[in-house]
Amino acid sequence: MEVDYSGEMMTLQMGPQHPSTHGVLRLELKTDGEVVHEAIPHIGYLHRCFEKHAENVDYPGVVPFADRMDYVAAMNNELGYVLAVEKLMGIEVNERVRRLRVIMAELNRIASHLLAAGTYGLDMGSFTPFLHCFRDRERILDLFEETCGARLLYNYNWIGGLMFDVLPGFEKKVIDFVDYFEPLVADLNRLLSYNYIFVKRTANVGILSPEAAISYGVTGPNLRGSGVAFDVRKDEPYLGYEEYDFDVPVGRGEFGPVGSCFDRYIVRIREVLESCKIIRQAVAKLPPGDVQEAVPKRVKPAAGEVYMRTECPRGEMGYYIVSDGGTKPYRVKVKSPCFTAMSAFREISRGAMIADIVAIVGSLDIVLGEIDR
Amino acid sequence: MQSIADFLSIIPYYDQFSGLFQNLVVMLASSVIVLGFIALLAMFLVYLERKVSAHMQDRLGPMYVGGWHGWAQSIADSLKLLLKEDIIPAEADKLLFKMAPVIVFVAAFASFVVLPFGASSIVSDLNIGILYIVAVTGLAVVGIIMAGWASNNKYALYGGMRGAAQIVSYEIPAAISIMTVIIPVGSLSMVDIVTAQEGGIHNWFLFRNPFTFLAFFVYFICSLAEVNRTPFDMPEAESELVAGYHIEYSGMRFAFFFLAEYANMFVVAAIASTLFLGGWTSPLPGAWLGGPMVPGPVVFALKALLLIFVQMWLRWSLPRLRVDQLMHVCWKVMLPASLCLVLGVGYLAVFWN
Repeated sequence: MEVDYSGEMMTLQMGPQHPSTHGVLRLELKTDGEVVHEAIPHIGYLHRCFEKHAENVDYPGVVPFADRMDYVAAMNNELGYVLAVEKLMGIEVNERVRRLRVIMAELNRIASHLLAAGTYGLDMGSFTPFLHCFRDRERILDLFEETCGARLLYNYNWIGGLMFDVLPGFEKKVIDFVDYFEPLVADLNRLLSYNYIFVKRTANVGILSPEAAISYGVTGPNLRGSGVAFDVRKDEPYLGYEEYDFDVPVGRGEFGPVGSCFDRYIVRIREVLESCKIIRQAVAKLPPGDVQEAVPKRVKPAAGEVYMRTECPRGEMGYYIVSDGGTKPYRVKVKSPCFTAMSAFREISRGAMIADIVAIVGSLDIVLGEIDR
Repeated sequence: MQSIADFLSIIPYYDQFSGLFQNLVVMLASSVIVLGFIALLAMFLVYLERKVSAHMQDRLGPMYVGGWHGWAQSIADSLKLLLKEDIIPAEADKLLFKMAPVIVFVAAFASFVVLPFGASSIVSDLNIGILYIVAVTGLAVVGIIMAGWASNNKYALYGGMRGAAQIVSYEIPAAISIMTVIIPVGSLSMVDIVTAQEGGIHNWFLFRNPFTFLAFFVYFICSLAEVNRTPFDMPEAESELVAGYHIEYSGMRFAFFFLAEYANMFVVAAIASTLFLGGWTSPLPGAWLGGPMVPGPVVFALKALLLIFVQMWLRWSLPRLRVDQLMHVCWKVMLPASLCLVLGVGYLAVFWN
């Protein structure tokens, strides 16, 4: 055991198998008692060669691999890829497909944020919110299962359309879910978000200043938690997001400096309600139509390159695709939001305590599948 | 003690045995009774905890083992723990590793000696009863540090260190808040403390005066920290230290820690109900219906179970404090508060009565 009595640091390896590293992340902590002087993240334990795989299968074949990056928000992942290929090929999908994609993406965002909030409660030592969140997430997964047969990795978005149209009565079920779910957010806030201990644990921890967030390229709720109102859905709309009325919640620093773990967490909770608003609007104006109208017989884009970014639950997900005119992509590069968030981790965790490290990792809401790809 | 001796006198020729032998038999019988009680109690509390947590979380909890609402789940679990392989890490300090769970368990076990289940249902009414409890529960720290150190695991070491710091710190305000009861009673004996509260709910120390009322809450919060329950479960903080000081333990040795945890929960709840909730005495004054008719041990157990339920309720709804916040609460809030309460009670004792 490396205990040194001269007051030097002890190295504590947190992970890759640890309940709070949200996957197979290894943190090398240089600790002095409870204080962590440096936390060095080591990633790569879940590397599955997504980008190399993508070069060896045809364009539609990449979609299931895209699902497996951020496995708790697969609908959003594949959406980004599909939109990129459609942009490359110049395919225009009809209104029904666009609206259904928005509904699915926002439902998936709610599911993903619920998982983030629940596991964050777990990280803070509170078990009950976790199961309450999972109970509600389950209903979303049931909707997905009913639509595309899968609960986690959907392969639902196709290039130029959708795998299936939704079943009759889907709209009502979605609205029922939103009606059921919206009041429960207040419950979660009472149980966890505004709990005195929870606020004390998170409000002054892991401060990521707006400048640092921008310079590290942090996106998504982590950036908005620092007070920067940047959302790809607002600032560079796709799928007709400009038609929807929704707000971009930002961290307001209610209980401490802006950009704390609490701000990052509460932004997710508020975003869930915004997603509910979007879903209501999308369902209200869901037109009839054929969801496979624009699906091409053969996906063979002309030589060229494209970059498409979408707002995933964890931030801005960018796909850079190079085509050489063949049926397989020449290169697929992914800009992962969790990876950039993780890059800021080392700075914001300096001088924290061991319990704070857990709070910071949880508040960044990383999914290792997407970091390592 | 006396009642056990009476019971044992049905053994043929018991009176003709030597006094030493008679004492030995009585002691042995008491130990077996307490041990059996703790084992059954821990099993029941584990089952209760699983059910309470499940219903708080919209689940059902154990439902299959044994038929009715999974009542035999704890028995199955303890059998599983008994049958598991006993693993001692190669690099561990074997002697200390083996001793640690025993010490933790003995500390919990020894506290049961002075718990007054009823006027005569007490193993031994020591004249320093409450002091004895404070002393033996403090013994558990030794076992926790031993476990943390001997496991040769950094997480266990952190858990052991946190546990030691926490339990030692919280013992001080807990012991001082106990003094608020001892001052008016004038005795350390558990039976005397309970008899001082006889005669109904208004005589309980909880409602006797504002200082003891607050002292109850100070004691209850400190006792949560002493038995490592949420929001003070830092020593075994699952999301930080994985399992804390018992991370390397498995099988029967782990079961000892587990048993001790639930036994300790009962001990602190029992002490709180002895000191502040009138122990075995009925909440109803005089000979009202349900007053003296319900046996003392049942009343006592119900009061303790109520407090245990509150412990579980807190555990499944609150997040965990951080280590520095824990120390802040102890030294800057609980300790001054308990000292003020003792001053207040002392003032009342000198100038009021």
